[in-house]
Formats: sequence, structure tokens, C-alpha cells
Amino acid sequence: MDETEIRRLAVGHVLSILAVVFSLFVPPLLLDEFSILGTHLTWLCFCSVCVIAVNILLLVTFKPNPSTKRSSLSSKVNKLYRSCLYFFASCLLFHGIIVLYGAPLVESVGETFLFAVLLSSFTTSRSLCFLGPNFHAWVRVFSKDGAMSVWDHSLQITTICTVVGAWLGAFPIPLDWDRPWQVWPISCSLGASFGYIASLLLAPFWIYWNRKRLTYKRR
Amino acid sequence: MKRAPVLLFLAWLSIQFYSGIWLFMSGFLLMRIELSNQSLCSQPPHPELLSSLQQNAASCWFPQRFNKAVIVIIDALKYDFAKYDPANTNPKPYENKLEVIHQLIQSQPRHARLYPFRADPPTTTMQRIKGVTTGSLPTFVDVGSNFASYAIQEDNLIHQMVQNGKRVVFMGDDTWDGLFPKKFYKSYFFPSFNVKDLHTVDDGIMQHLYPTVDGGDWDIVIAHFLGVDHCGHKHGPDHPETAKKLTQMNDMISSLIEHLEDKTLLVVAGDHGMTDTGDHGGDSEKEVTAALFLYSKAPLFSKQLLEEPEAIPQVNLVPSLSLLLDVPIPYSNLGAVISDLFWWSEDENDISSLLTKTRAYQINAQQVSRYLSSYSQAAGDLPADKLRLLDDLFSSTMAEYKQLMSEWDRHALTETEMKDRLTHLVQKMQLYLNQARHVCMESWARFHPVCMIFGSFILLMSCILCYVVSEAGSTMNVSYKHLLGYPVFISLLLTVLLSLGTWMSFLNMDLVSLCAVFTIISQFSFLYIFRSKRYAQKRWWCRPTSLLFSGPLMVLFFRCCALFSDSFVVAEGKAAPYFLIFLLSLTVAKLHWDGKLTLPTFTPLGSESLKPSLTPAYKKDGSRLLMLLAALGLCIRLSSFFHNCREETPDCQPSPFLIPLFSVLDPELNNFSYICCVLCLGVIIYLIRKWLQHYGNLNSSSPLVLYVRWGFPLIALGISCFWAFSSGTEDSFAKLRELTHLALVACPRAIYVFAGMGLLLIFWKPLTVYLKKSQDSSVDNTVTTFGGAPGSQAELQHVIPQIYRKMQRTLKSRLQHGEEAGKKGAALEAYGLGSVYSATMVITLSLLTLVLIMLHSERMTPAFLLLLLEALVILQIHGHVSNLYWAPDDSNLFCVPWYAVIAWALAATQNFYSTGHQPVFPAIHWNSAFVGFQDGHTTNIIPALLVAANTFCSNILFSAGSCLLLLWPFLCESPTGRRKKGKKETREEETEDEDMPLMEMRLRENPDSFSVALLQLGTKYLFIQGVQLLSCVCAAMILRRHLMVWKVFAPKFLFEALGFTISSIFVVCGIALVLRVDCVVSDWFRSLLVHKNR
Repeated sequence: MDETEIRRLAVGHVLSILAVVFSLFVPPLLLDEFSILGTHLTWLCFCSVCVIAVNILLLVTFKPNPSTKRSSLSSKVNKLYRSCLYFFASCLLFHGIIVLYGAPLVESVGETFLFAVLLSSFTTSRSLCFLGPNFHAWVRVFSKDGAMSVWDHSLQITTICTVVGAWLGAFPIPLDWDRPWQVWPISCSLGASFGYIASLLLAPFWIYWNRKRLTYKRR
Repeated sequence: MKRAPVLLFLAWLSIQFYSGIWLFMSGFLLMRIELSNQSLCSQPPHPELLSSLQQNAASCWFPQRFNKAVIVIIDALKYDFAKYDPANTNPKPYENKLEVIHQLIQSQPRHARLYPFRADPPTTTMQRIKGVTTGSLPTFVDVGSNFASYAIQEDNLIHQMVQNGKRVVFMGDDTWDGLFPKKFYKSYFFPSFNVKDLHTVDDGIMQHLYPTVDGGDWDIVIAHFLGVDHCGHKHGPDHPETAKKLTQMNDMISSLIEHLEDKTLLVVAGDHGMTDTGDHGGDSEKEVTAALFLYSKAPLFSKQLLEEPEAIPQVNLVPSLSLLLDVPIPYSNLGAVISDLFWWSEDENDISSLLTKTRAYQINAQQVSRYLSSYSQAAGDLPADKLRLLDDLFSSTMAEYKQLMSEWDRHALTETEMKDRLTHLVQKMQLYLNQARHVCMESWARFHPVCMIFGSFILLMSCILCYVVSEAGSTMNVSYKHLLGYPVFISLLLTVLLSLGTWMSFLNMDLVSLCAVFTIISQFSFLYIFRSKRYAQKRWWCRPTSLLFSGPLMVLFFRCCALFSDSFVVAEGKAAPYFLIFLLSLTVAKLHWDGKLTLPTFTPLGSESLKPSLTPAYKKDGSRLLMLLAALGLCIRLSSFFHNCREETPDCQPSPFLIPLFSVLDPELNNFSYICCVLCLGVIIYLIRKWLQHYGNLNSSSPLVLYVRWGFPLIALGISCFWAFSSGTEDSFAKLRELTHLALVACPRAIYVFAGMGLLLIFWKPLTVYLKKSQDSSVDNTVTTFGGAPGSQAELQHVIPQIYRKMQRTLKSRLQHGEEAGKKGAALEAYGLGSVYSATMVITLSLLTLVLIMLHSERMTPAFLLLLLEALVILQIHGHVSNLYWAPDDSNLFCVPWYAVIAWALAATQNFYSTGHQPVFPAIHWNSAFVGFQDGHTTNIIPALLVAANTFCSNILFSAGSCLLLLWPFLCESPTGRRKKGKKETREEETEDEDMPLMEMRLRENPDSFSVALLQLGTKYLFIQGVQLLSCVCAAMILRRHLMVWKVFAPKFLFEALGFTISSIFVVCGIALVLRVDCVVSDWFRSLLVHKNR
């Protein structure tokens, strides 16, 4: 494997991190009284939008998995339509999973759904941009020997870290510290974001160190 | 075939755990028995002595000194807070704030005095209130008549005041409401729960205090301020907020004094101190030293007093207040009167003052002696030799007192002589009272760190042993003699020697330490033998199936860490399902990650096809597993509707389903719930029958199958009748009421007896196999069973017959003269042989479930349905995962993976909560003790058993059912998987035989691996439960100074310990049952063999 690919990946990751940072620092310029804890829902929306935008940017500029077929406009529209559908379905799926994990069912539905949107934008939107709305490709990438490029590896790492971060983020909720960030879903979304950022930071290094081991099938 | 050693091994391991628990408990749990006796005005201790004194008709035991008292309790008022040091120019925030006390002491030394007030551990508010009102040393478990509420059952100061016509007005901390329900003449309670709230309680008291005192409609006013304590918890003592709070208290006291009358006693006391971080609960010097300030407008103290007052034990306030206010001293009081307070007489004479004091001490000593004698009759935990010494001292003192009195009456003594002898007598009585208190304290109110450390060490060792056995089990089956026999023998020998030594009084050891010694010796000898004989394979801990370095370990680790946090213990009902569902999702995700869910795609070698693995075929199991996970999540989510609440979560609403049906007043709702519950019961029974039918276990005509067919509906009918009667309205005809009463007693008892009979039947004849002999059968017949040859019985058509042909071949191989004729003539069809073990387990579990449902409130039945469904889903997931990982004849299938055992244990914990329980005493369902025993009990054993069965129902079901974890993967073995393997075989006959899955008969084919597998499973389950118990024990030990130790950690430990005990017993019972079935199955085969030979 060549190192230019890893370098491209690192640049892509820095862009993705900047998206989260952007969502932290730009809204206060536009809105009065913005804080990540106080107006958490606004931040959730903002962050999701930023992350999705950057992912689309990455798709356009880096072309992680260039398809061999020449695609027509109609197939592109079709792909876009299906991507949106997939994204919405994954939001609903995440919502369901979160509720099964113990989130309140009726009260704070909005918070739960926006948290699901955030998780989807961290995981599903990335997958959609890298792999396209291709379920079989997803199944392949998320198994042991399924990764076929550094982009697939980065996808594996970020997705797992995001989900685990969200899981760990629920731990402070029962504690009786009475901190504002213990309120649902702030700690979980912060955990997911930290997991996402940490994995974005670490993934290029991990791939670089293990580059000998990771030999991909030539396409 | 080794069956007995498996059980013995498990029993031995459980006994080690028990001894560890016992040792820890003896060091940690401060136990004492509450006496219900009450002091009465008319029954003074030793009436003959009292009657010799001049008897004032108006007074009770002692002439009254004050007729009113204001008792101000300032929570966590440390002595350092109250004392004033004028020389200190740079005071800390908490120093020199209570100026008024200092001024009063300086200006009126005969009216005011400040003492260090020594609290007894545990220094938590509730225990301290108990101590300062009963005069006893409250421990964590005050074994009284009633656990259900916190109300004080013992004789106490408030009770005595109310009994003797005093009007007691209370304001402040609402803990008192729970302790003394409906005792107060007037009361103003304020919530004490929110530690962050510094002002609500104090401001509330201030609002009512002065009007009440001025109003005069009271005899005793008690005000309990919480601000200082909350301030300590929130900010710590070294904080400006504390200074503000103390200044407020200072102002309160000074203005309160202005409102007091002459004959009113003012007591300002702290109930405990605090550490430098503001916590309390333990026994450090800073926590136990509170302050006591006494003041009255009339002179209270004598002139000649020591400059520096000595510390006063907290219980001493009780007899002093009682005698000053002329109420009887509470029966269980252990305190001594405060000597400074009883130096008074009407004529201000030294001798008569001294006489007053002596008389106070004498009444006090008599009362303590009376209490000690009644207590030692009720319980044996006070050391007998020390009691005897105390008794001697008491009788000699009393004799001396009597003699002195008679001499004084005869005027045979001079004043100075009298003074000396009285002083001496008082000292002797003080000595007696002090010693009595110390003897009690030693056995009631002290942690024993050595016991605690050794107890947890034994638990740790037992866990390690369980782990070692579970990981290295497969190599152990040859060496039970060495591994079990020798350690037990050695340790028994040593223990017998030690007990002989104890008996011959060379040594001084009690039963607990003997037990502990036995356990430790046997553990070490086991480990020594295990190591020296090298039973273990090399690096067995690195095998992929071992627990170390695996995902499930992480979940277990988090789970154990969670037991160290009080918030997590409170929220365990939510945390456990969170872990459970994550663990199982992780397992399924790992399955996918390992590529077990995708069908292998074969690409022709050499051909560079386009992205060969881009479109992997997905197995059906994948979607099925996802469905099962969703079902599990749904079950767990639904079961959270049945949660109960505990005190620590004020926002929580207890589930409405916990209310018994007869308390539901709305008749429509009542009927609706009743019908729903009966439907649930029906669904449970229907599902069980369906399951048995599916595996062909419902065809036989053995008594057990008959029991399932007819007995289960009968039990359900009985239960619904019982519910109907118990939910009926009370206001029916008298005759009908009698009938109802009879039914309420008869129905449950009949069900107990019937279920007991069922259990015996299961143990006696556990086989549910239907044998069909076909005389003229050939090989063809095996095929036609699918089509429905036994079509005469309509129901059999839906039955999937399990044909066990392999048995036939083993039969033949054993028959040396295996003729061809025999092979053709002996085609047997056995229905339900493939699930013979699990069918018995399922029947047992459902029987237990039915009985446990009856012990619960009617409307909890859906919770049990969910419990069963959840267990089924977990087993299904486990079965599918195991079958995807390993081929059916793989030896790994005999080893239950850790994730399954951890999930099972987590499910047990989760269902403890979703059957409406909480690990606190007030949440126990006491009603269950009266199911079938409406009129109460004569003994304590039956209600204890019933309540334990109710509380630990999920532990019982899950641990008895833990064997299913081993059996289920064999049940899930699919014929398709076998067929593929069969195709490889060339011979046709083989294929036909192999077509039928062997299922649980694989277990029978490897009897040695089977028993080892059971042993491994049992030790794994014990290990998981033991690790949880160990973390509870460590949490209780390390956090014994924690604010919440007596509210959260100690009850959690008790419940966990009891739950562990019950779980281990039922694990052993479950395994014993499986082994029993194995025995019977072997006999059955043997009898078939004999039959064939003829």
C-alpha cells in the first residue's frame, strides 16, 4: 500500500475533526446565548449538519471508492435518493435501539431523535459516502477481513469508536453529581463525539503502524 | 461415570463461599436483638428498694426537676464548632462562631455547661436519633418484630414522655416521622432528603419555633436542624457557608434563650461530628465527637465542678432527661445519668445533694441490670463470663447501698463518713454502668477489621478456585480423589484437632473462626495439589474460551465497578439490563465480525473475478438473531414497568402493578386486571405445553407427562380461584366470609402440596420419552414416521418425532453376537429423547414459576411471563451463536462460553428488579408470608421461607435453570446442518441415520465430558455470582465510612449474600436434577438392552 493514500486519509480526517470543531465555535457568532450544554439540541443539529457536509465534501474531493461503472445522471439521482432513505432509516433504527437500551420512551423524544441523528451522521453518513447505498458492501466492510482500503479501515475504526463512546457516555447519568452535562442525552452525545474525534485522530496512525500487516487485495 | 463428585465439588465450593460470607458478616454486621419490653411508671426496677425510699405520690421514679424542656438537635454539630477559644485570633470558618454558648458559660457557670458528646458508631443520623432516644446502641440490624418500617419498636424517651402525658412538639427533619409515627402532639416535618438544600429545614423550624415556645401549648419541644450537616456534605466544614450557618445557629440559640421560662431545660446537642471533608458514618474521632450544651434559667450545676468538662457518652442523655423530667427510664437504656445534673436538693445541703445523686445512680443501675438480665435471656451474644462479673459488681453495690441507707437511717454515721462512703458508692455505680455499656458496645457496635479482611480474602480465594476449576475442568475428571478428597480430609483433620483444642480449652476459638480456618486450609491444599500435580494444561488461561482478555470480561468488570458507587447500586435496576443487552449485542456483532453469519463464497482458483466477496450471501441466522435481540430489548423494556422504588429516588413512582388486587377500588379495572392476569397464566402454561409438544415430550403416558397435561391447568385454576377469593370485597355475608376465609387458606396450601408432589414426581420419574415399538419395522419405517404412520392419533401428526437410532447401533455393538436379524427386527422410535434433559428442566422451572407467581401480587403475573420469555430469548441467542461457531459434534459445545453465563447472571439481577423488588428492607413484600397462612404463623421458619422465595424468585429460577445453558445449543441443532455433513458420508445407511439430529443424546454419548461440562457450568455460574458478591463485600468494607453505607451498601450486601446462598443451592439442585435424569436415561437404555436380549 502506498503512503499517499494514508496521507490523503489523514487530511480527510483532519477535515472531519474540523467539522466538529466548527460546530462548536461558529454558532456563537451567529446566535446569542449558544452553549453546548444550555442549547444542546441546537448544537446536535449543527454538528450533524457540519459532519454530513464534510463527509459529502470528502466524497466529492477524495473519491474513496471510485466505482468502475460510468454512472449516468439518473443513477446518481437514484443513488442520492436511496442514500437519503438509508440515512432516515438508520436514524429511526438508532432511535429504536436507544429506546431499547433504556432511553425514555415518551418524554424527551426530540432529544433522543436528535441524538440518533447525530449517531447516524457519525456512522451512517460516513458509510454512505464511502461505500454508497450498498448494503452488501456494508456487511463486507464490517467483518474481520472485509476491509479493502484504508478508507474501509478508517470507517471500521470510527464507527466502532463512536458507538462505544456513546455507550460509555451513558455511565455518568445515574451518578448524583448534579452536573448539567449529566442530563440525557448530553453525556451520551459528548461521549459519541469524543469517540468519533479520538478515532479520527488515531485511525491514520494505527493504519500507518500496521501498514505491513494490512495488505489489500488489488482491485 | 462420575456424578456424585460433581455435586460434592460444587457443594464444597459453595460452603467455602458461605464461610467467607459468615466471617465477613461477623465482622461487619453489628447485630442486636430488640426487646419489646417497656418501662412503666408503676413498675420501677426493684420495687422493694424503691419503696424503702420516701415515695412521693406525684412523681414517678424520681422527683421532677423540670416540667418543660426544649431540645435542639443541630445535625453534625461537632465539639470544635461549639467550643470558643478567645485566644484564637485567626479562626477558621467553623471556629468561634457559637459565641452565645461561651458567654453563657462565662457569665452563669451554674446555669450553663458545654460537654463533648461522644456518639457511638455508626454515626448516621437515623442511628443516632435511635441512640439518643432509646439509650441503647443501635446497630445496623436491630432484629425486631417488624422490618417493614423504620419505626422504633423499642422503648424510648418519646414514647415514655407521651405515655406520661407530656405534649411533645416536633419540628425539623422528617426522619423522626418515620421513627416515631403518630407520637407527636404537634409536628412540623421538613424533607431531609436533599443534601444540597441548606435552608428549607432550618427556615421552616425558625418559622415555628418561637411561636410554639411562646404559645405554651407544649411540654417538650424538639427541633432538629439539618443545615450544618448539609453544609458539611455540600461544601465541607472549612467553607464560608458553614460559618454563615453556624452564625445563624448562634442567633437562634440566643433568641431562643430569651423566650424560655425558669423551669425549662434547654438542651443543644449535635447528633454526630464530621470529618474534614464533611462526611460521617464511621467511628473516627472527628465523627464521634459532637457537642452537648445544657442550660436553664434556674441554677443547674453545683459550684464545685471541674474546669474542663469531661466527655459524655451520647446515651447518657437519655436517663438524665428521663429522671429530670420525671418519666421512667426507657427499658433498653444503657446510659448512665450525667452526674453534674443531679447535684441538687431542696435544702442545698451537701449530704442531701449527694443522696439525690446516689439515688439517681441507684435507679439507673437497677434499670440497666434489669435490661441486661432480660437481654441475656433473649439472646446469647453477650459474653457470659463478663455478664457474671457485672452481676457480682451490681449485687455487691446494691448490698452496700442498702446497708449504708439503714446505717444512715439509724444515724450511725457522721456526715464526713457518710459523704466518703456515698462518694465511693457513686464511683462504684459509675464503674458498673460504664462496664455494662462497654460490654454491650464490644459485641454490638464495633467493626472487626480482621474478620472483614479475612472474610473477603476467603471469598476472593473461592472465586479464584471457581475460576481455576472452570477453566481447567476438562482435565480434572480423573482426579477427584486428589483434588476434592485430600483437601477436605486434611482440613477436616486439622479442624477437628483445633476444635478438640478448643474443647479442652487449650485454645480460644469460636465457630466462625474454626469454619474460616477449615476453608482456608482446604483452599490452599487444593491449590497446592493442583499445582504440584500439574493437572492443568500448559497456559490454559490463554485459550480462546477463557475469560481473560475477552469482551465479556469488560462487561463483568464494569458491572462489578458499578457496585462500588451508591448511585449505581440505586440505579442497578436500569444498569443491569443496559449491560445485558450490550453484552448480547456485542456477541452477535462479534459473530458477524468473525464472518460466521455470511456464507462462505467459493471463487474458482485463479480466476480474477470482479470483487468476489462484495456480495456475500447472508445466512438466515443473521436476521433471526437480530429479531431475537430486538425481542430481548422489548422484553427488558416492558419489564421495567414492574419496578419498585426506593427511598433514594424521590421522583420514582412505584409500579401500580405492585398493589394487590383487593386494594384496587375501581371494579372495572379490578375485573379487567384479573382477567388479564388469568390470561397471562394461561399463556404461560400454553407456551410450556407447546414447547414440550414441539420436541415430542408430551406423548408418553408416564405420570410426569400426565402431571404436565392435567396438573398444570389444575394449578392455574387453583391460583385463579385464590386470586378471585382474595380480591373479593370484604363486605359480604358472614357465612360467605367464612367460606372465603377457608378458600384463602385451602387453595394455596393445596397448591403447595400439589407442587411438592410434582417435584417429587420429577425426581422419581423424570423421563418424558414415548417409546413406539414397531414389530415388523424395517429401515423404511424410519422414513415413514415423517409422513405420519401413527396417524391414528391426530395430535401426533404435528409432533416432530425424534428417532434415536444411534442407540440401536450401540446396542448392537455391545451385543457381541449382533445378527442381521436383530438389526431389522429392533427398529425403535423414541419420541422426545432428544430433549429429555431440558424437558425435565423446563417442567421443573415452570412448576417453580407457578408457585412463585402465587407468592406475588396478582398483577405481577405478566412480569413472570416476560421473565420466561426473556430467558427463552437468551437461550435461543446462545443456542444459535454456539451452533454457528461450532459443529454439533465439536467438543467445544460442551463448554458453555463466558458471555452466556454472564448474560444469565445479569438477567437474574435484572429480573430481581422487574419482579418488583429492591435491595432495601422496606421494599420486601411481607404479604407473601401470609399466602396460605391467613391467620399468622406459629414458627418463624415458614414465613421466612416464603418471603425469601418471593424476594429471590428470579435468583431461584435463573440458577435452577442454569443447566439449560449447556443443554440448549444441542436443542437448537438444526437438521440442515447435519445433512450437509451427512452428504460427505458415502454410505446410504449412514446418511439416513445421521439425518436425524442427535441433540441431547450427544451428551449421553460422552458421559465423562457431560459431568465435567456440568461441573464447569456450575463453577462458572458460581464464579460470576461470587465476583459480584465479592465486589459488594469490598464496597461495604472499603466504604464503611460512607454516608450511604447503612442505607445502600449494607442492605445491598445482605441481599447479595442471601441471593448468592439461594442461587448456589439451586444451582446444585438443578445440576443434581440433570444428573438424576442422566441416571434414569442410562437405566432406561439398559432395560431396553435386556428387553432386546430376550
